[in-house]
Amino acid sequence: MKTQLPDREGHFGVFGGRYAAETLMPAIIELEEADKEIKKDKTFAKEYASYLRDYSGRETPLYFAERLTEKLGGAKIYLKREDLNHTGSHKINNTLGQALLARRMGKRKIIAETGAGQHGVATATVAALFGMECKIFMGREDIERQSPNVFRMKILGAEVVPVISGTDTLKDAMNEAMRYWVSHVKDTYYVIGTTAGPHPYPVMVRNFQSVIGREVKRQILKKEGRLPDVLIACIGGGSNAMGLFYPFRNDVDVVMTGVEAGGKGITTGMHAASIAEGKVGVLHGNKTYLLQDERGQVRDTCSIAAGLDYPGVGPEHSYLHSTGRAGYVTVDDREATDAFLFLSECEGIIPAMESAHAVAYAMKLAPTMSREKVIVINLSGRGDKDAGIIAEKLEVR
Amino acid sequence: MGRIGEKFRQLREKGEKALVAYIVAGDPSLEITREIILGFKDAGVDIIELGVPFSDPTADGPVIQVASGRALEQGTDLISILDMVESVNKSADIPIVLFGYYNPIFAYGNKRFAQRARVAGVDGILVVDLPPEESRELRKYTDQAGIDFISLLAPTTSSERIRKISEEATGFLYYVSVTGVTGTKKPRVSDIRDEMKRVRSITGMPVVVGFGISTPGQAGEIAPYADGIVVGSAFVHMIEEHAGDSNMVNIVSDYAKEIKTAIEAPRNKLWGISDC
Repeated sequence: MKTQLPDREGHFGVFGGRYAAETLMPAIIELEEADKEIKKDKTFAKEYASYLRDYSGRETPLYFAERLTEKLGGAKIYLKREDLNHTGSHKINNTLGQALLARRMGKRKIIAETGAGQHGVATATVAALFGMECKIFMGREDIERQSPNVFRMKILGAEVVPVISGTDTLKDAMNEAMRYWVSHVKDTYYVIGTTAGPHPYPVMVRNFQSVIGREVKRQILKKEGRLPDVLIACIGGGSNAMGLFYPFRNDVDVVMTGVEAGGKGITTGMHAASIAEGKVGVLHGNKTYLLQDERGQVRDTCSIAAGLDYPGVGPEHSYLHSTGRAGYVTVDDREATDAFLFLSECEGIIPAMESAHAVAYAMKLAPTMSREKVIVINLSGRGDKDAGIIAEKLEVR
Repeated sequence: MGRIGEKFRQLREKGEKALVAYIVAGDPSLEITREIILGFKDAGVDIIELGVPFSDPTADGPVIQVASGRALEQGTDLISILDMVESVNKSADIPIVLFGYYNPIFAYGNKRFAQRARVAGVDGILVVDLPPEESRELRKYTDQAGIDFISLLAPTTSSERIRKISEEATGFLYYVSVTGVTGTKKPRVSDIRDEMKRVRSITGMPVVVGFGISTPGQAGEIAPYADGIVVGSAFVHMIEEHAGDSNMVNIVSDYAKEIKTAIEAPRNKLWGISDC
């Protein structure tokens, strides 16, 4: 478990790598060099830390959810409150880091893909902060179902480019962002929002997000005097989960569980559970578990959570799955919706539909564990953006 | 030497340039793709680049994206494409390069693909998202099968990288004339001239130029600086436009003939570099 991963070419075992068109390779290599430099540079680390603290409001609390714990009647449940970050999700940890990096590289234009709009908002925010031009690619279906975030991006001065291809969701937004990047690679920086894409993105995003797990470790030791028994996080591309898991990777007694989107149910085929149901394949620059047909065509996905509605998963998760260090489960739309409402009513915290998947799994797991055990859920984002979807669902009920 | 190497040898001997024609396999159907290939051959096309459709063609512009979608709706896959290539090879002698993305090949199985492609008579492959850094896993089978591995060069590729890529490449090099996706921007002739000079100073391999060349006029302007040019989206667009037309194969072949005529260099000119 202690070997340094990824290797020099970005491989986590057989996963990861740089499966990118030649036009992009020089930009990817340039980015890798820049990323190496900032790791050695103390002023960068200081600057990044100060923005995390003074701009985003870190550290975020590790909150003991007492009522939730009582109601479930098992393990103690803590919520890592990433929803309390500026912009309302963990995404800003990464966009602040990448925007600072882009600025160092002399790039004044940034682009990003977004599903739920959380990464889009976080990117538009840092673009405003650093005076950069910003374009956000978003699938047409997601623009409709996550409209509050579309307004926020526009207010922040970003251009939101609707993507009409495939299923009009996150995968297609990423396709279009990559096409735009190929066409403007000389002056444009692509802020990928998750631990996917070609190397060095998966490792770079993981490193920026690792602040989550480092804080949790410190906080739980203070509160409980020991490490947690289980970590739970939702998985789309997997950046909030990687950020939580990574600092615990060598603490082998800590169980790490990623929750994939089960959509309308695994057996229906309409879901976004890449690890549960996918086969190894190559998409968006890396090799990973991928939902695809037997001919290698990428399958349509389905989830109530736009941010999880993606056919792939970060390559490091595929690796952690293959070694067994992390476990992966699924939660369907209905369970996630129930958890969304349950947490809102019981703790006064409205979670993002994405994070509600992690809560839903904890609701199943906690009652099976004894009261001395400790679970930490990464509450990766807040759910204001989902109020409309939920209101519609409640009407139907 | 394979058919691709032999083709460039002959062309250089005659002082001619290669016309490489790209179409999407299975658009509008594999049967018609086969007819178009045979039509191209008669029209003087030198090499066929056969697009293998993929659900997520991130290097392609709108024209090829929708054509790939149509081909996939027809149920086109690698198995049926390879069958079609085998059948073409029984009736015509023209080098065929499969052009596409890695996942359909990977899903088929790299070893199995190399064996089947060899039997079908595939001369080369160009896998857009398989740069030299990742190509070993496929090339260990395709090189052995005698299938050329065509590599891309881009305006962003450094000279050092061109050297590395050309040392490992087989068949020919494909210079992407614009930083962009297929069939969108138009390349500037002066840029191509300068870039080809740079590439030529590094490698003696045949180099073709593609992405954004759509008219005989453009082809004629660019061809002197390269060993050949690639026309893709223009043909694909034409196929779309005349999809229901019984005369479509002739219309497309006639256009190929026009382009081939436009790039035929005068006899007294040697290839490429002598113009610079």
